Amino acid sequence: VERWVMMLQGGNLAQVQHVVLILSGKGGVGKSTLTTELALALRHSGKKVGILDVDLCGPSIPRMLSVGKPEVHQCDLGWVPVYTDAQKSLALMSIGFLLEDPDEAVVWRGPKKTALIGQFVSDVAWGELDVLLVDTPPGTSDEHLAVLENLKKQHKVDGAILITTPQAVSTGDVRREITFCKKTGLRILGIVENMSGFVCPHCSECSNIFSKGGGEELAKLTGSVYLGSVPLDPLLTTSIEEGKDFIQTFPDSATFSAINSIAQTLLTSIQNP
Amino acid sequence: MADIPSDAPQHCPGTASEQAGKTSACQGCPNQNLCSSGATKAPDPAIEEIAEKMLTVKHKILVLSGKGGVGKSTFSAHLAHALASDATKEVALLDVDICGPSIPRIMGLEGEQVAGLSLCLSPRYVEDNLAVMSIGFLLSSPDDAVIWRGPKKNGMIKQFLRDVDWGELDYLIVDTPPGTSDEHLSIVQYLSSARIDGAVIITTPQEVSLQDVRKEIRFCQKVQLPIIGVVENMSGFVCPKCKNTSQIFPPTTGGAERMCEEMNLTLLGRVPLDPRIGKSCDEGKSFLTEVPDSPAAAAYHSIVQSIQAYCLSHVTREESAG
Repeated sequence: VERWVMMLQGGNLAQVQHVVLILSGKGGVGKSTLTTELALALRHSGKKVGILDVDLCGPSIPRMLSVGKPEVHQCDLGWVPVYTDAQKSLALMSIGFLLEDPDEAVVWRGPKKTALIGQFVSDVAWGELDVLLVDTPPGTSDEHLAVLENLKKQHKVDGAILITTPQAVSTGDVRREITFCKKTGLRILGIVENMSGFVCPHCSECSNIFSKGGGEELAKLTGSVYLGSVPLDPLLTTSIEEGKDFIQTFPDSATFSAINSIAQTLLTSIQNP
Repeated sequence: MADIPSDAPQHCPGTASEQAGKTSACQGCPNQNLCSSGATKAPDPAIEEIAEKMLTVKHKILVLSGKGGVGKSTFSAHLAHALASDATKEVALLDVDICGPSIPRIMGLEGEQVAGLSLCLSPRYVEDNLAVMSIGFLLSSPDDAVIWRGPKKNGMIKQFLRDVDWGELDYLIVDTPPGTSDEHLSIVQYLSSARIDGAVIITTPQEVSLQDVRKEIRFCQKVQLPIIGVVENMSGFVCPKCKNTSQIFPPTTGGAERMCEEMNLTLLGRVPLDPRIGKSCDEGKSFLTEVPDSPAAAAYHSIVQSIQAYCLSHVTREESAG
């Protein structure tokens, strides 16, 4: 009876405490990677976390969490999310689960993408979550408008984290994403600079492969909070490739420390708006 | 194709869409009756207009990837520079990444906006024989966001192809955003009566990237777009100090090479990671002229030669087929 009451009163997001969007104007900066890692870090600190993957053309999260191709079931309240563990501490919904063939391209125009995202937002039975992270594709188009409009209907958006890499070609796009946030009234929780320097595992020389400093400059330029930077770490990229929990395998790494610090700052920010 | 009339409501599905006149957004629109009668679903006349325009363009190459951030724009820009290094060739680069137009910066044309002339569709010239067009030129500030839904993006792409005065070109290179959506469908559909030589697919070595790229390849097969080949970018990094190679984006499933074997495609080449590439792009300079002796530059040149050879053999085959 309680679940029905909850559904009638507040919908499937009623027991989700916080919703955070992960955005970037730019592709390939590590949105999905950082969504996954932040989710794992938050779970590591005892939170119940969900991930909604609305990148319909390139859904990466299922592989990153090693959930394979599970069947997605319906219950009275809608779709049941896929859990990565028996304790149900990390839940996931992605279009990746709905495709028969993982190599099948989702070649949809805007209106169809908008319709599915509407369903994803309202028809997934998330249950109780501390934080729901929403991973998005690059850009400022149908998917972003759809997810925001549908979330707002249920009054549930704490804000967005913007990911960039250091170079100008990236911050140039992220500036436009910041404008998107301002125009749509989406609070910017902060900027994260990813791929921030590469430390050679052989000689420890640091190379700024994707330039340097752009993330912090962008934060200053736009009056946003700088949440921190994450280095380029082949151990992380390999871990993500193989769907392993980087936090379990490399808890002492500088990379984990950087990610965890960002996760904790994020948590403080959304718990004390 | 989906066109949005100027008096259409916000969520207009487009006049050529199957939903034209039938969605809830259509209620109250002055065009509703016309759309729901089916009259707007005739083939878009723009397709023939564009085909006519494209008669003076010898070769058309699309640069695609399912994945973002693999180096499509970087590659497109340097392909354009390399082809234009032959002064007898006329080259143009069209950037159809409406939301994230990187080409103006990479080609050193930032700040080339013509204030107040947002309808002006004259390409900008990097060299006498190298023209560039991007929505970036139509924005008045670097903070301007193009927050458009699919149908409006499609309209812009149609304008770029039909209304830009390209003139006689040897090569038209089209840089695309990541994904398999409106922009990609539109480019292929609007060019459907004009012959596209083929697509160059860009990937990075890791499976997270290949996973998306396979979808792009499937898209190409679905729409019968020939694939010239695949470029594996960010393929290893040589430390400038100790000269050891690190695989930052590890090819855990065999990289582009294995994917090409499995899908019967040509691997055009591998380009290593070089911090000077990103720097050149940020500064709007050609990496090929800035650091001509680097392994990355050599890789680019070899790939460009393969693409040229493909285009020329393509023409020969067509000519002999009559």
